[in-house]
Amino acid sequence: MSRRPVLLLLASGLLAAAPTARPREYTLPADSVPAALAGPQGEVIVNNCMGCHSLDYITSQPKGKGSQFWRDAVIKMINVYGAPIDPADLDALTAALQTQG
Amino acid sequence: MNSINRRQFVTAAAGMFAGAPDLARAATVRLPFDNGERPLVQLPQKRPLIGLTTRPPQLETPFDIFNHGLLTPNDAFFVRYHVSGLPTTIDPARFRLSIGGHVGKPLSLSLAALKRDFPRQEIVAVNQCSGNSRGFSDPRVGGGQLGNGAMGNARWFGVPLKALLDRAGVREGARQVTFNGLDTPPVDSIPDFVKALDIDHARDGEVMVAWAMNDADLPFLNGYPLRLVVPGYYGTYWIKHLHEINVVDAQYDGYWMKTAYRIPDNDCNCVTPGQKPDKTKPIGRFNIRSFVTSHEDGDTVRAGAPTAFRGIAFNGGSGIARVELSIDDGASWKEARLGEDLGRYSFREWTITERLAAGEHDVKVRAIGHDGETQPVSPRWQPAGYMRNVVESIKVRAA
Repeated sequence: MSRRPVLLLLASGLLAAAPTARPREYTLPADSVPAALAGPQGEVIVNNCMGCHSLDYITSQPKGKGSQFWRDAVIKMINVYGAPIDPADLDALTAALQTQG
Repeated sequence: MNSINRRQFVTAAAGMFAGAPDLARAATVRLPFDNGERPLVQLPQKRPLIGLTTRPPQLETPFDIFNHGLLTPNDAFFVRYHVSGLPTTIDPARFRLSIGGHVGKPLSLSLAALKRDFPRQEIVAVNQCSGNSRGFSDPRVGGGQLGNGAMGNARWFGVPLKALLDRAGVREGARQVTFNGLDTPPVDSIPDFVKALDIDHARDGEVMVAWAMNDADLPFLNGYPLRLVVPGYYGTYWIKHLHEINVVDAQYDGYWMKTAYRIPDNDCNCVTPGQKPDKTKPIGRFNIRSFVTSHEDGDTVRAGAPTAFRGIAFNGGSGIARVELSIDDGASWKEARLGEDLGRYSFREWTITERLAAGEHDVKVRAIGHDGETQPVSPRWQPAGYMRNVVESIKVRAA
């Protein structure tokens, strides 16, 4: 076995608590509609998905996964995550994701 | 070709994205699988990294970084979030870490108290996303389509979790400890990202609450001001912006433990591609991996001249016993020399010099751990694309 990996440091001089009073701020970069989803066929995707996450989650998925892959994904978003997706949009959304995603 | 990444190339994309002016000047890389084109994006405290998603942000480390030293620089370290409500302001003067639940004396600790009142601890450890390399799954699976860059090795500095739990006084009957960060879901119906460790694991003296990596404050996107460090375990447990620790007297059954991040509960943690496992369990320790970092797929070297190969290996904590290289597609293997030992949770460097005869060579690398584990010759498959650790192979031409 290798040596014990944990080093307990008793010397308190190392990395002493240098108080940084300044609040740290982080600004989320704005996300935009990818070119692949910019047309009218992408509208149902933009309307239903972009509230919770950027659309690169969709466009980076493998191509050609078929209708069931996308239907399962939408159903998971509705049932597991309670996504505010109109159930009436399920078929249209699945179809759009399958062709545009 | 080596300025960015092995198996990836940069496209000076000016003009390629007519109609998408915001990307018009962006460089892109191509991960070596279908639909693998990614933008290089630069976020605060980060150098340009491979962008997977924007909201929440997910970034992958360009692979050539791993050829430059054993520690992954903070500004190159990968980023993975689950829920998109990131904190936008964190005031270190007002931040508090709470330790409560099944304890005798609940604590609420300022950063100053945390750094002043407890023993300190340092450990070099790899953090790796459960889905690192998911893009190589065959058949492909849904999820973050990552190359091999959702991993990194850092020197973590902070306080042992055991010291915090001991100070709070864990009560009889404690079963698990849960961890929550400041990031929140965009809608209330999405389960908050909370993870749990068994009480004995949480008190093993190695799991720690870190405020520094590689001698600097944690970058915001890596969990400022505190993150959990769980050596040898997948990154899903390394909660960022950690602010709430709860001891519970039952098995925690939150969504991110009970339903998500599950692996097949069998000897290989795998199933026949396309099948579902009968039984699952929460993902845990890393399996063993090794990579060539000095050369990329498609490289050309001088025939008959010495070629110095270099790379890294790591596993879930037994440490690396041996690394072997094959330049003949696995027909024969030669032992590489191991480099500096930064501890059994760290990347371990390996080097070996070989002379390649003219022609094309399948160069493979495999590691063997002190626990005897090695890498499979053909990839194992999981429905969620976790835990890929197949023997890596690159084609190198000698001319």
